[in-house]
Amino acid sequence: MSAILEVENLRVEIPVATGTLVPVRGISFSVQRGETLCIVGESGCGKSLTSLSIMNLLPKRAKRTADRLRLGGADLQTMDERTMSDIRGDRMAMIFQEPMTSLNPAYTVGNQLEEAFLRHRKASRREARERAVFLLEKVGISAAASRLGQYPHQLSGGLRQRVMIAMALMCEPELIIADEPTTALDVTIQAQILHLLASLQRELQMGVMLITHDLGIVARVADRVAVMYAGEIVETGTVHEVFSRPLHPYTQGLLRCIPVPGKTRRGAHLGSIPGVVPALFGDPTQCNFANRCEHAVPACTAGPVPLTGLGEGRGYRCVLPVETCIANQARPVAA
Amino acid sequence: MNPLLETANVFRTFQIGTGFLKPKRPLHAVNGVSLRLTKGEVLGLVGESGCGKSTLARMLLGLLPPSSGDILIGGESITALDRRATARRVQPIFQDPYSSLNPRKSIGEIIQLPLKVHRVGDPSAWPGKVREMMDMVGLPSRYVGNFPSQLSGGQRQRVAIARALIMRPEVVICDEPTSALDVSVQSQILNLLLDLQRELGLTYLLISHNLAVVEHMAHRVAVMYLGRIVEEAETDQLFRDPQHPYTRALLASVLTPEPGLGVPDAHLGATFPNPIDPPPGCTFHPRCPQAMPACRTIAPKPLATATGHVECHLYDTELRRAS
Repeated sequence: MSAILEVENLRVEIPVATGTLVPVRGISFSVQRGETLCIVGESGCGKSLTSLSIMNLLPKRAKRTADRLRLGGADLQTMDERTMSDIRGDRMAMIFQEPMTSLNPAYTVGNQLEEAFLRHRKASRREARERAVFLLEKVGISAAASRLGQYPHQLSGGLRQRVMIAMALMCEPELIIADEPTTALDVTIQAQILHLLASLQRELQMGVMLITHDLGIVARVADRVAVMYAGEIVETGTVHEVFSRPLHPYTQGLLRCIPVPGKTRRGAHLGSIPGVVPALFGDPTQCNFANRCEHAVPACTAGPVPLTGLGEGRGYRCVLPVETCIANQARPVAA
Repeated sequence: MNPLLETANVFRTFQIGTGFLKPKRPLHAVNGVSLRLTKGEVLGLVGESGCGKSTLARMLLGLLPPSSGDILIGGESITALDRRATARRVQPIFQDPYSSLNPRKSIGEIIQLPLKVHRVGDPSAWPGKVREMMDMVGLPSRYVGNFPSQLSGGQRQRVAIARALIMRPEVVICDEPTSALDVSVQSQILNLLLDLQRELGLTYLLISHNLAVVEHMAHRVAVMYLGRIVEEAETDQLFRDPQHPYTRALLASVLTPEPGLGVPDAHLGATFPNPIDPPPGCTFHPRCPQAMPACRTIAPKPLATATGHVECHLYDTELRRAS
């Protein structure tokens, strides 16, 4: 397998009046061809800024640095804006959360689909049109040719998200970054969209980086998982390892929070993670999760905690040894 | 047992403009719903967006009169009661704690407002009641002078819960109470809602698209599709043995955190139909994998099941014999 996307020590800094916010604090990961990497975390953990910084779409004030940021061998850091926009939409594409706000209401679906194709390929209008129709059919939209003349407001939420996916596929990208692609949709439509994304990925052997807060989605679509907390990756591994043997107390806590039909007892207390996310000023000086962790020991606040690698992409960011973490997971939840 | 809140064949129709100079057309948002909530019960209401869940909730809160049919609270018709009397007995908790709290009022004022509106007792006793309520929902009393913008999403939802409960209503309509919250906060709010329900003997109507949450909280579940309750049953039975093809599709779409199972295909080909122009017969038939010829012409009637009812021709023995 070859890595399509390589990210090493990615940082995002945003200067504000009271100091420097560091919402993404030195994260490293890679996405292989034909693989789905899920980045999971709660709001404010930096997962969306991570995706925007790869696309170089960060707000102007934000500053991006990294030791390595490569797409299929091309260095994204040294690229000027013109080369970057050649790549964006061509070799990597993004599917955004809100299909209502990320489609332009003043242009037809056809116009918006064809735009990227005409920009990146030396193609005629007719070819672009044919490709648009082909892809709309592929994403399961009936009467595709007649949809091209419609405006986004004439489509339902599920259809709009399908149009977004078709748009991302126009130039057959190597990498798709999907930021909460189904959060705004009904459960039935969500299942359909994820099903579609998974089958297209298999067929086209794309790398997919999927960002979500929904552990159910992660479990069902991911090959590998990176759990983010307060701007850092706190745990990585294959989806089976992370769900069956979570090591970091935060991952363990998250998994206890969600009700699972048939598993959690009705009306019983669900697990919870008390406390709030710390402010993300400057670099971490201790374990970010220590103030909410039920297993915290003095070593947690002594200094920043490195990610301990366990080989084959498995890693966790905790001062406790693996055996203790596994034992903690088996321990009954403190009420 | 006598129901605390009951809807008897309730309809609600809106007149929708279809374009400039074109005649308005009726949209049947709620199309003959009969529900019963008994005291101390949690009834879950599930369905896709646009199925009429929120219109039903607004009618139960007395914010919208039904076009026909009746809503009874403790045996009294809601149309005969005035707004305040209804508000004393039924209170809402809304989805978005960012827009449902007045940003220019302090937390104390927000929670106290119902007492002021209903002119309950001596105003000097209000701050005490507010503090008691804040304590009950787990809000530190030092927040009493703070504004909503200074609170996190979970804390704001606690304020909304405190405001809903300060008049000690009998029924609380929870309209997607946790969908705007992170999972770790969602579990805290669900725990709180369950504790309060037991402590105060509350009755909940829990509207949610998250079936895992409904399964965890509700005693009974009603499934709504295009303005009608197509299936209602006790939670265990509904999840173990769903009858209606739509319920089955909904349950199949739930993504539990179990790796290796892949994404299910719910086999719901077409998208949600336009409610202005609902399909004839059974409104679910264009999406139904088990549709029969009769489904296209005859609207199904409610049929009794072990713990509730279902509206589907698959279980209509008379119809099957006739055809």
